[in-house]
Parts: sequence; structure tokens; C-alpha cells
Amino acid sequence: MDLNDTPEQAEYRATVREWLERHRAEAPVLEGPEAITDEQELIAARRAWQGKLAEGGLAGVAWPREYGGQGRGPIEQVIVNQEIGRAGVPGILDAIGVGMLGPTIMAHGSEEHKARYLGPMLHGDEVWCQLFSEPAAGSDLAAVQARARQQEDGSWRLSGQKVWTTNAQIASFGLLLARTDPDLPKHNGLTMFIVPMDAEGVTVRGLRQISGEAEFNEVFFDDVPLSAEAPVGPVGGGWRTALTTLMFERVTIGLGSEGLGYRADRFAAAIASDPDARRDPEVRRRLGELASELLAVRFTGYRTLTALQQGQTPGPESALAKVTLVNAAIEAGELVADVRGPEALGEGPWSYMISFLPGLKSAGGSEEILRNTVGERVLGLPPEPRLDKGIPFSELRARERQAAGEAEPATATQGNGAGAGAGDAASGARA
Amino acid sequence: MNLALSEEQRLLREAARGTLSRVPTVAAARAALDGEPTPDLWPAAREAGWPGLLIAEQRGGAGLGAFDAMLVMEESGRVLADPLLLGHLPASGLLDAAAGAQTPALEALATGEQRAAYLPVRPPDDVQAQWSVDPHEGLRRGGAPSLSGRGTEARVSGRLSWVPGAPGADLLVGVAIDADGKPAAIAVEGAARGASVKPVMRYDATRSLGHVELTDAPATVLDAPAGEAAAAWFLAQALLAAESVGAVQTALDVSVAYAQERHTFGRPIGSYQAIKHGLTEVLRRLENARSLLYYAAWARQDAPDEFPLAASAARSAAGRALDFAAREMISVHGGIGATWEHDAPLYFRRAQLSRRLIGGTADASERVAAAMLARADASGSQPPADEQAGTGEAHPAEAAQTV
Repeated sequence: MDLNDTPEQAEYRATVREWLERHRAEAPVLEGPEAITDEQELIAARRAWQGKLAEGGLAGVAWPREYGGQGRGPIEQVIVNQEIGRAGVPGILDAIGVGMLGPTIMAHGSEEHKARYLGPMLHGDEVWCQLFSEPAAGSDLAAVQARARQQEDGSWRLSGQKVWTTNAQIASFGLLLARTDPDLPKHNGLTMFIVPMDAEGVTVRGLRQISGEAEFNEVFFDDVPLSAEAPVGPVGGGWRTALTTLMFERVTIGLGSEGLGYRADRFAAAIASDPDARRDPEVRRRLGELASELLAVRFTGYRTLTALQQGQTPGPESALAKVTLVNAAIEAGELVADVRGPEALGEGPWSYMISFLPGLKSAGGSEEILRNTVGERVLGLPPEPRLDKGIPFSELRARERQAAGEAEPATATQGNGAGAGAGDAASGARA
Repeated sequence: MNLALSEEQRLLREAARGTLSRVPTVAAARAALDGEPTPDLWPAAREAGWPGLLIAEQRGGAGLGAFDAMLVMEESGRVLADPLLLGHLPASGLLDAAAGAQTPALEALATGEQRAAYLPVRPPDDVQAQWSVDPHEGLRRGGAPSLSGRGTEARVSGRLSWVPGAPGADLLVGVAIDADGKPAAIAVEGAARGASVKPVMRYDATRSLGHVELTDAPATVLDAPAGEAAAAWFLAQALLAAESVGAVQTALDVSVAYAQERHTFGRPIGSYQAIKHGLTEVLRRLENARSLLYYAAWARQDAPDEFPLAASAARSAAGRALDFAAREMISVHGGIGATWEHDAPLYFRRAQLSRRLIGGTADASERVAAAMLARADASGSQPPADEQAGTGEAHPAEAAQTV
């Protein structure tokens, strides 16, 4: 067992560190009095910085050389992440593109796709966004309804809505999962598309959250024209392509979750200055427990890295690290607010964190769906009976209504909360 | 970076599983509650070479590390065995670290001809400034044993409660406070005049425990390097964590198997989210605790300053995991899980007692807080991102952003 760098890794680290020392003055400043406050200016500066990182070989470290990457492994990627953190400079702006969408295009895209899109993505010239989730397709991602119809000339027309889209407001392109054949069972009738975000009929709207900030967007597509070359991977093969993206998403989260800044020492520092709190057994126990969880996330990450280095693919169990991270951070927010009182809920990082976390529980796969997946794929527990297997997507809604009707107790007369949606559907089915 | 088990470690684990499989330890745990004698696993431990795990090769041991010891403890925990290593390993490790002219025969300890037990004396932290021992009852911690005299005149007095492996131990190894208030590593012969050990059994009959009373007992003062006396406490934390991880693994395996075969309303109960999510929570806690075992083992070897934090974090996570897993094991099995014939109550008993030994799980959690607060103090108002500054050979930072 060894956590230290090999001589080669140490040499690589030194090279990276040296590059960062030489260029750190060119990095945009995100915090403090010098910080860039104008949104447009900030984005421009971060894109330019991503370009510099790419030129210096610090972006797309694990991308193959033929696509402009360094052809190195996950360890080197982590070394770069660590050194960027150590230098106190921002990382790449388009982590979603470079970490998840680019590798998906490499795996499933055509040669033309790779030649056209990967270079500008890596250099930050064109930012990307992930257009998977919909208002009615989150945990059940294969239920997407965004509809792409092929035209006589082979081109496509796209209509529908996506949601929870990070960076949509600055993206040049999006990778979008759409339904192309509703008469097939739901996993079979899907296709992945590259969508130009400046196409006619695309509307991006910021989605404000608990904090008041809009981290995400909703994106509307109104008869958007797409070229015949827009599909990534085979038409009808979109689910497999999506699984590739989700696998890279797990790796990204597994290796990078500490980048969110949910670190035990930071939470300890928020308490350390209060002489009463730091001696209080209850405060200490809570801090100790959540710190243990966060330390465990770090070492689970190293275990994931070990598996990657040995050529294994991280399984769904690394998803549990995300569950741990989010819940430990929620506990930390509770603890800091309990210790500091309403003061912690003013303008500032603690109230922002406290606002951000409830939503993060559902991001990257809701906690419930992650537990289902891990329970079934890792522990080998039997799946829940499903009502949607082998049924054409177009018939599914009717079936769902029927099932809701059967499930409703005949004697139920009071209007309970859970009945609101199901009740509507049930009466619809009976009508 | 490499957190994988080496080939030797895989073999060590397989061998431990094999050795322990030859004794029906779980059935014996139940029988012991009804008054049957517990099986003596020491001969098996000797045959497997475990007594010498942490003793250097030139002194007759295997010269292995904390991680190897933890692998054996994990296997013991799986089957509720107590091969008396929880006391022997920290004790023999401390003796080996102090190896010198006065050190009692390490060869005999390495072969297992003699057995040692560790007297758990808790090192101070920012809140509890003195070395202390677990209370006999209640919350108030006791004072550490005291040391008087020098050389052949050295004598130790003190009282230690709930000491693992103390009954029958040839040597009792721990810490005593000298007349100047300084801690010293000491060893007392179990049969020495002034030393008495009263065997006790509480709730989990598999666990050898004793109350130790030392009254001017002749002692050897060990020339242990600074920090090793404290490290013995944290090694005991890590070993208990590893043993708990093993028990959690069995609790999970047994529960999953039952959830796959037991049906209600025409479905296996494991298909219900209420069951599935509970078992996934056991897995989550198990994997977290396991990750922290790696941290503890790595720190013991390569980052001794972090060992108190790492071992305490492992103990905290593993102790809580075992409590959760044992309760979940009973719940998943329904009423049958709460009956005498079932194994679940035995794991529950193991969880209940283990969590209260050697400082207890809650103390380990507070110890983690102490270490994190000390870090915060050290970094002052500095942002903590730069904690590796100055170490060119960086161990992985926490600053990973995204791939």
C-alpha cells in the first residue's frame, strides 16, 4: 500500500507545479478584493484560462493525444487537479464537457464529430452542456420525451424541454438525449444528438434555486432543425451512449467530489475560534463523526483511483461516496449554524452551502435511485417489479394511469396528499 | 498510489480465514452465553504466526505492519472469534518499538509461548489534559497508573477496568505516569506480586476481559521512542475498527442472502426499497470504515502524525457501522432475528460491547474532532488548501477538482 508518488509521478508533479508557478498570474481571480465580478468578463477569463491550461497540457490529461490530450492516466489527472488546487487557481471551466461529454463523443461519435468538436471543447473555445434530464425524466432517465423526428432529407427536427442544465447559458453545444421512436420500448427508441445552442428555436432560461442563485437552466426546444450528422452513435442506440456518459460522470464525481470544498478542516476552522463550542462534547462528537465521513470519501476516492489504475472500471458503488459527501456536508452546515446561530445564515458561504445541499442530494442521480442501483448491482438484491419492461413507450402513460387506478383503494374518499397526482391519473383512466 | 492488497496480504487473509474456519466460533459464542467454555484460539493463532505479526524479524517475529494485523482482525471479526490479539498486538508492538536490553523476551512473545495484553491508557488531548483510563462505571475517567522508583526498583500502581485479553496474560504492557508527571511505557508480569487480574464477562461471551489491579507491582520501564506509547492506544483503536468491519461484512452478507430468499406479498423482501436502502446503508458505512482502515494503515507507516486522526476516524466509523449493521440484521430477519437460535443477536452483542471498550466509539469521534481542531489552529486564518506546502513528495491533496 502506497499513497506516495512514484518517481515518474513525482517528476510529473514537479513539471505541473512549475508550469502553474510560471502562469498563475494569468489565472482569473475568483475571490477577494481583486475578484472579477462581472459575469461576462468572468466567463471570458475562465475560457481563456482553460485555453492556457490546455496549451500547457493541464486540461484533458487523460484524453488521447490524437484529440489534443496528454494520453496519460487518471493518476496524472488527479495530480493536475491537486496541483491546481494547491496553486489556488481555477480549474477548467468546462469540466462537464472535458470530463464526460468529450469522452462520450470519443467512444460513440463519428470521425467527423471528433475532428470538429473535441479540439474547441478542450481549449474552452466552445463550452458544452449535458441535455439529459427532463421535468418528467430524472431518476427514470429513459422516460425522456424530447422528440426528434427525421425529415425526408435525413435531417432532424427537435421539440421538447430539458432541465437542470449547467452552463446552458454559455454553451455552444449540448449533448441531448431524445426519443426517436416512441413505438419501441422506452430504452430502445432513444438517440443521442449534438445540438447547437444557437440554433433557431432553442431558449435557455435560468432556474433560480433556494439560494436565489441560478446554477442551472431549463432549456426549451421548439422545432429546432438538426443536421443529418447530429446523432452520436446509432439512431436508436441512445441509451447505450447515455450510459457511457453516466459512467464518466461517476468517475468525475468519484475523483473530484472534494473539489466542492466540503472539507473537514474547513468546518473545524469555523468552530475552532469559539472556545465554548470546541470543548462541547456534543459539538465535538458531531464534528468528529462528519469529519470521519469526509475523510472516508477521500480514501474511497483513492481506492477508486487504484481500481482505475489497474484497468478496472469503477462500479456503481462509488456512487455511495457522493451520498456520504452530501450528507456529511449537510451535517456540517447544521453544526456550523447551530454553533454560530442566525449569524451563519446571513450573506456568505455558510448560508449558500446550506441552501445548495438539499438540491445536491438529487444531483447526479437522486439518493434513492443510487441506493436502488447499488442495492441491485453491487449487493445483488432483486429489482422492483417494473411496469415498463418491453412496452412501447407510447403505451406507457396509459398503463401508468391504469396501474394508479388499480392501486387506489376503492374505499378511499379523503383527499390525501399523495393522491393528488395519482388521483388525477386514476380518474383519467376510468373516464 | 496503490491501495490494493499485495499478494502476500491476500495470502495472509486467506490463511486467516482458513485457520478460523476450523473452529465453529459463532456457535461457540452462543454456547458460551449459556456457560460453556469459550474455545481457546491461542494455539491456532500461534500456529498461524499471528503473535509475532508486529515483532521484528530479528527478534523472531514476522516484522509485518498495522495493515497486516488489521487483515487478521477483520477475519476474526467476521466469525466473532477472539484470538486474543486485540490485547497482544498493541502490547507486543510497543515492546518491539522499545526493544533493548531491558525488554522482556520478545522471542517468547513472537512465538506465542508467552502472551501479552495491552493496558489501555488514553493519551491526552486538548480537553482531557491527562493520561487516563476507562471508568469502571459511569462517565468519569480514572487516572493513569503511577510509576515510582527506577531500574529494578520500578513499581506500578493503578486500576484498569475492562482490559481485553488480560486474564491469563503473561505480560501487561501500557503506560504509567512517573513522579515528574511524565508518561513511561511499562511492562508488568501478569504473575508478579502486586498484580491481580479478575476475569469478567459482559454481554458478549466471546470477549476475554479482565479488571487489572496493580499495587506496587514490579515493572520494567521500556525505552520506547516518543509517541509509541500513544501510538499503542491508536493501534488498539484501529484493530478494534478492523474487527468491527469484519463483523459488519458478515452481518451484511447474511442479511442480503435472507433478503433474496424471503418472500412477502409474492416478492423477495430485498426488492422492496425499505429493505434495499437499509442494506445499502450498511454497505455505505462498511465501505467508509474500510476506506478509513486504509488511511490508518497508511498513516501508521508513512504519516505517523496523522495516525491518531486516522485510527480514531476508523474506530468512529466502524463502531457506528457495526451498531447499524447489527440492528439492521435483526430487522431484516424479522422476529426470528431476535431469537436466541439466530446469529444476529450474537453480532448485536459484539456491537454493544465493542463500542464501549478502549475509550468507546464516541470518544474516538471526539478524538477526530480534536485532531481537526488542532489542524485548524495550526493553519490559523490561512485557507487550509495549502497543507502540503513544502512537501515535494506530496501525498494526495484534498484539492482534487474534477477530471
